Amino acid sequence: MTEKRPIISTGGPQPAAGRRRSLSMPVRYAINAVLVLVILVLGELMIDGGAINRYQSTVLEQVGIYIILAVSLNIATGYLGQLPLGHAGFMSMGAYGCSIFIIRMSEVLGIGARDFVTGSPMTVLLVLGGLVVGGLCAAVAGIIIGIPALRLKGDYLAIITLAFAEIIRVVMLNIDSVLGFELTGGAAGLTGIPSYTSFLLVFGCVAVVCFLIHTMMKSRHGRAILAIRDNEIAAEATGVNTTYYKTLAFVASAFFAGVAGGLYAGCVGVLQPAVFGFMKSIEILVMVVLGGMGSMLGSALSATVLTILPEALRAFSEYRMIAYAIVLILVMIFRPQGLLGSYDFSLSRIIERVMNRDFPWSRKGAAPAGADDGKEASRDA
Amino acid sequence: MPSDKKKRRPVLVQMETPNLIPERDLGSIPVLQAEHLGIDFGGLTAVDDFNIAMGRTEISGLIGPNGAGKTTIFNLLTSVYKPTRGTVLVDGYDTASKSVAEVNRMGVARTFQNIRLFSQMTVEQNVLVGYGNAMRTNLITDMLRLPGHWRQEAEYREKALELLDIFDMRKYADTQAGNLPYGAQRRLEILRALATGPKVLLLDEPAAGMNPAETEELMENILKIRDEFQIAILLIEHDMSLVMGVCEVVGVLDYGKIIAKGTPEQIQNDPRVIEAYLGKQEVK
Amino acid sequence: MFITQVLNGLQLGSIYALVALGYTMVYGIILLLNFAHGDIIMVGAYVSWLVMAQLGLNPVLAVILSVAACTLMGVLIDKVAYAPLRNAPRLSILITAIGVSYFLENGAQLVFGADAKVVPAYTDLQTIQVGGLALSFPSVLTVIVTIVATVALTLVVQKTKLGKAMRAVSEDMGAARLMGINVNSTISFTFAVGSALAGIGAVLYAMAYTQASPTMGMMLGTKAFVAAVLGGIGSIPGAVVGGLLVGFAEVVVTALGLSVWKDAVVFLLLIIVLVVRPTGIFGRTMNEKV
Repeated sequence: MTEKRPIISTGGPQPAAGRRRSLSMPVRYAINAVLVLVILVLGELMIDGGAINRYQSTVLEQVGIYIILAVSLNIATGYLGQLPLGHAGFMSMGAYGCSIFIIRMSEVLGIGARDFVTGSPMTVLLVLGGLVVGGLCAAVAGIIIGIPALRLKGDYLAIITLAFAEIIRVVMLNIDSVLGFELTGGAAGLTGIPSYTSFLLVFGCVAVVCFLIHTMMKSRHGRAILAIRDNEIAAEATGVNTTYYKTLAFVASAFFAGVAGGLYAGCVGVLQPAVFGFMKSIEILVMVVLGGMGSMLGSALSATVLTILPEALRAFSEYRMIAYAIVLILVMIFRPQGLLGSYDFSLSRIIERVMNRDFPWSRKGAAPAGADDGKEASRDA
Repeated sequence: MPSDKKKRRPVLVQMETPNLIPERDLGSIPVLQAEHLGIDFGGLTAVDDFNIAMGRTEISGLIGPNGAGKTTIFNLLTSVYKPTRGTVLVDGYDTASKSVAEVNRMGVARTFQNIRLFSQMTVEQNVLVGYGNAMRTNLITDMLRLPGHWRQEAEYREKALELLDIFDMRKYADTQAGNLPYGAQRRLEILRALATGPKVLLLDEPAAGMNPAETEELMENILKIRDEFQIAILLIEHDMSLVMGVCEVVGVLDYGKIIAKGTPEQIQNDPRVIEAYLGKQEVK
Repeated sequence: MFITQVLNGLQLGSIYALVALGYTMVYGIILLLNFAHGDIIMVGAYVSWLVMAQLGLNPVLAVILSVAACTLMGVLIDKVAYAPLRNAPRLSILITAIGVSYFLENGAQLVFGADAKVVPAYTDLQTIQVGGLALSFPSVLTVIVTIVATVALTLVVQKTKLGKAMRAVSEDMGAARLMGINVNSTISFTFAVGSALAGIGAVLYAMAYTQASPTMGMMLGTKAFVAAVLGGIGSIPGAVVGGLLVGFAEVVVTALGLSVWKDAVVFLLLIIVLVVRPTGIFGRTMNEKV
């Protein structure tokens, strides 16, 4: 209705951008893609060349898995503003879903465990399929719990997700005795999972997951989710279908946790329900909170530090949990918004800053007046 | 409206409310209509027998002492509260089974008495949330950054900036909404509501906390919005200069009931209104 | 045997109820889900173990010291961890509570080791005869203590000046402060009472299960917490009803031979109740004013 009408403008036509000079989107994406590729290739070369040993590369894989877990939980906490306490439940759905799918399918297709190490095209497809299946299992769990849970507010949502994750754990533990055949392996654990997880796979997934979360949040869907966080009543009055978008955020969060679960299964090789208890959920939550809720970089950084640090401090493992707890309390008291707040890193932004501030001559002749306006606007902001 | 196109069209309901619709709007169906609207909170009647029929470009005001039920009426009209009695029609369609968001998409946008912005988002993003009603890309298009995404984002960003120009707020586009000065926050709420493409705009005390000069400017802007967007505006206000200055019809609410209705001049001289505000005068 | 099962249900339910009361009181006053509450019970159980098994002292002294330790612990936690965050977003306080819980559990593990300690029996009397029935004395005692504690708590909240202050603070902290109520000491008092109840719960739990372990508080706390939410958090009768409900549910499921599923059943019960009544059985609905 409004688009056809002339729009009133009190200030007359302003300089077109009124903003800082910026890189075009394809260029931004190209820069980031190159960066990701460089890291992947460099890491792979170092592993192949022996600069990173087997143990270290396993730790790196864990780092990547926790990064995915943290950024996925961040969708629900940082962006949607809810506090789910059952992220490990989604992770376990993904882990079991993915590994059972891969085990069964490789039996059907006659693929041996060794083939996953060498990585034939068939196994690659199978693993990718498995990860998607794992994500979908978790997403279904997310829908099942999300629909009742998201009708509740704050604390009640926290409790109901906690309860649901515990139910998943108990089910994984006892489902075999009910079904009468082997599915999850119960308390003894699910064994015989091929070790399909590799550095390349994990960090490829990290890149894809971060990209998808980023693009979702920087779109109308993401804005709707953020609007709900900032003011649910106003969001509704502004036409945001709050039920839909809350469920969407919740399910996306669960899906990516499921993918991480699938990677985890291939990394450790054995799944036991006890691993996916309340404490695991808390561990992931701590990463998000410490990094700064709403900051993807923060989540990723703290996931990295909190995964590597305990490995480095194995000798002090008794004190590690206590240190965790104290740090958590101190951060909440002294910096409740987390270490990075909601700051998010953007390589292209830094490049833009270089373009705008340090090298003003690079834009001379292009639009000097507009450029000055742009600077003022950015200072206002 | 584009959003209604695909749905099956419900039957338009014609209601009885006789009203003071401006002459220019006669002949077309009232944009917002309420009939015998009422709500009880635990046995206490907060609003009773509220009737209204608004012309498509009418500006009306709702006044009354504190606690008279003005905001409750807004909440009823926008489906925040479900009425105990009566009906609300937007453009002839019943809102009975609609959610708040659906009523907004039917064409009712509002602002809040206590400002409710998306305070951690930028000014531009606040407006873009409102444009979400009109944006049509699906999740996959957006997540994979297909061309449709870029086209739509560019189009609506431009629209958002143009909308901000109405209140000369383009310069704030990248400011976090929570950091805006108070008056700008109130203006942004109005713009965000306009971005949803309403047919009728409900303003809950738009001049609260403004000085006379700002109120004067707001009055001009309200008229300007009505003229440019051709929409109806219903406002709640304590500032009589604003009500008398822009409203064509004024309703006076006391204890949940409309006690008087008419043009600003009629209202000003109505003894019932004076009584409601100042108390009963002893007449010998 | 039916009577025994009923008594078991009552016993377990009573313990949950006592712990749930602590959750409910703290939530009622500062809207905080005190995750550390369950771990306070763990502290109480360890104190009993220390006093009786390590120092060889009198069980009565053990009871008194356990309750005292829990009370002190509760107040201390509030002062150190929660009080600085009184005006912070609720999420921050909730996460702090999780941090405190984490701290207590791992602290206990560091000090006492990961394995469970056996708490000696508080009393030699194990069964009593009532009308020809042999009933477990600890069970009967648990039920009686819970009834007395609940009645006492209700009287304190309803009749005393401090109780009135508590109710006022929970209604509106700002207004209560303006009316001259010392909000901080009222909150401390609430934590003290809630934690003292947890201390009693700790003794009763140790009596029933005769052990203390670093993580015992987690499941017990979570269940009690479920009980409080089931009943409607913030409501005293709600906590008692919720506690009994959870206790009986567990006993019934166990009696049916499905004990491995009992946790799942309790949590499922919670989900169902919350879906049907989003604020629990006795909970008041609080709507944000638009």
